[in-house]
Amino acid sequence: MIIVGELINASRKAIGEAIKAQDIDYIQKVAKDEFAAGANYIDVNAGIFVGKEPEYLRWLVKTVQEVVDCPCCIDSPDPKAIEEALSVHKGVAMINSISLEKARYDALIPVVTGTELKVVALCMSDEGMPETMDDRLRIADKLINGLVQNNVPLDHIYVDPLVQPISTNSTFAVEFINSVEAIMTRFKGVHTMCGLSNISYGLPERKFMNHAFAIMAIGKGLDGLIINPLDKMMMASLITAETLAGRDDYCVKYLKAYRNKQFEI
Amino acid sequence: MSVQDIYDAVVAFDIEKVVALVKVEVEKGTNVSDILSDGLIGAMDEVGQRYTEGEFFVPEMLMAAKAMKAGLEVLKPLLSQGESTKKGTIIIGTVKGDLHDIGKNLVSMMMEGAGFEVIDLGVDVDTEKFLATAKERNADIICMSALLTTTMPFMEVTVKAIREQGLNLKTMVGGAPVSEDFATKIGADGWSPDAPGAVETARRLTAK
Repeated sequence: MIIVGELINASRKAIGEAIKAQDIDYIQKVAKDEFAAGANYIDVNAGIFVGKEPEYLRWLVKTVQEVVDCPCCIDSPDPKAIEEALSVHKGVAMINSISLEKARYDALIPVVTGTELKVVALCMSDEGMPETMDDRLRIADKLINGLVQNNVPLDHIYVDPLVQPISTNSTFAVEFINSVEAIMTRFKGVHTMCGLSNISYGLPERKFMNHAFAIMAIGKGLDGLIINPLDKMMMASLITAETLAGRDDYCVKYLKAYRNKQFEI
Repeated sequence: MSVQDIYDAVVAFDIEKVVALVKVEVEKGTNVSDILSDGLIGAMDEVGQRYTEGEFFVPEMLMAAKAMKAGLEVLKPLLSQGESTKKGTIIIGTVKGDLHDIGKNLVSMMMEGAGFEVIDLGVDVDTEKFLATAKERNADIICMSALLTTTMPFMEVTVKAIREQGLNLKTMVGGAPVSEDFATKIGADGWSPDAPGAVETARRLTAK
């Protein structure tokens, strides 16, 4: 399971202010906490700063990697901002994300072609947001083929089938998790990844729903998540769900988490 | 049986009951605009209010809107026979380059629920399309939605075009990253953080 720590996102108020004030200590503290809690990538996002995004993203990558030995997930659709962030990045970064929207696809393919970069491939096209499994598969198929043809190996691709709110259509969770299963089966070696908060938009007690949804998706093969790794309950459940999904021989990861006291909540 | 029962049925999301009760009131000869204003629209105002207060949630707003719309369908043939109940015409869409439509759809639905005539242009709508439709339909307000910081600038383009062409059209903007500051900065006439607030803003902007 690949965990991307989602906290360093400028649309969260405290982070936005810290970026603006160039508050190195605060950003570094969040990065250290996320890393210690088990994040494999630290997401960095400066999307709200129109015009200054490239400069801020570069600053975030530099600031984060000064204190954690961990790659970043560069969260931007803008090739200029991504290139700027990559110019100071150590190790192999993840890019979040390319999509099948023509402008975004054409802008990002040159950035990832022939590199070692990990790429999140978001199932969205110019025809709109996918609603059914078939919609998602059609987009995933084109995205995966396009990336592979440009020398991005399957193992470096993280397909995000796009989570839509269950409050607006009762089939949205099932269509999503069935897409995960279909993508993982059809494109052996590829990964799937998503954020969770969209699923519970417009509903109360969102953390319960996010939680249950993550576990259902893991059961169908999801192997990447963009979450708050400081949520201990969530982390403990993810580890357990992976074991239950048959991806933890001899319960090695489960027992390791037990010994690391990750179940003491 | 009264208009209040229609109101209650909308707030209880009971589509069949709304339709049946509206038919009863129409047959009884109750004033059609009373059924619309005090029954259907009044109920949607309460639904919006309860949503804002955190008592109702998105799926309930959708169910109520569906019930309201079903009642409105019964009234429509009667309304077009000279009944002047139109509150104003709204052109709505998600701006160019942006395909997110959930928030826009909620606003669209609540505007209809408030008695506005709503022309929903969908997603990825450019300035030309907004303006052409607004002129063609003699609209009062253009409502623009964006979920991406990268597409928000298109709102300003449309607002400017309206100014430059000297059109008598109000503009409203909304969407997760769209703040009141941003709305003021680009010169939009209205902004709201949610769908019920958008209805209030639209009423304010269309008040004679």
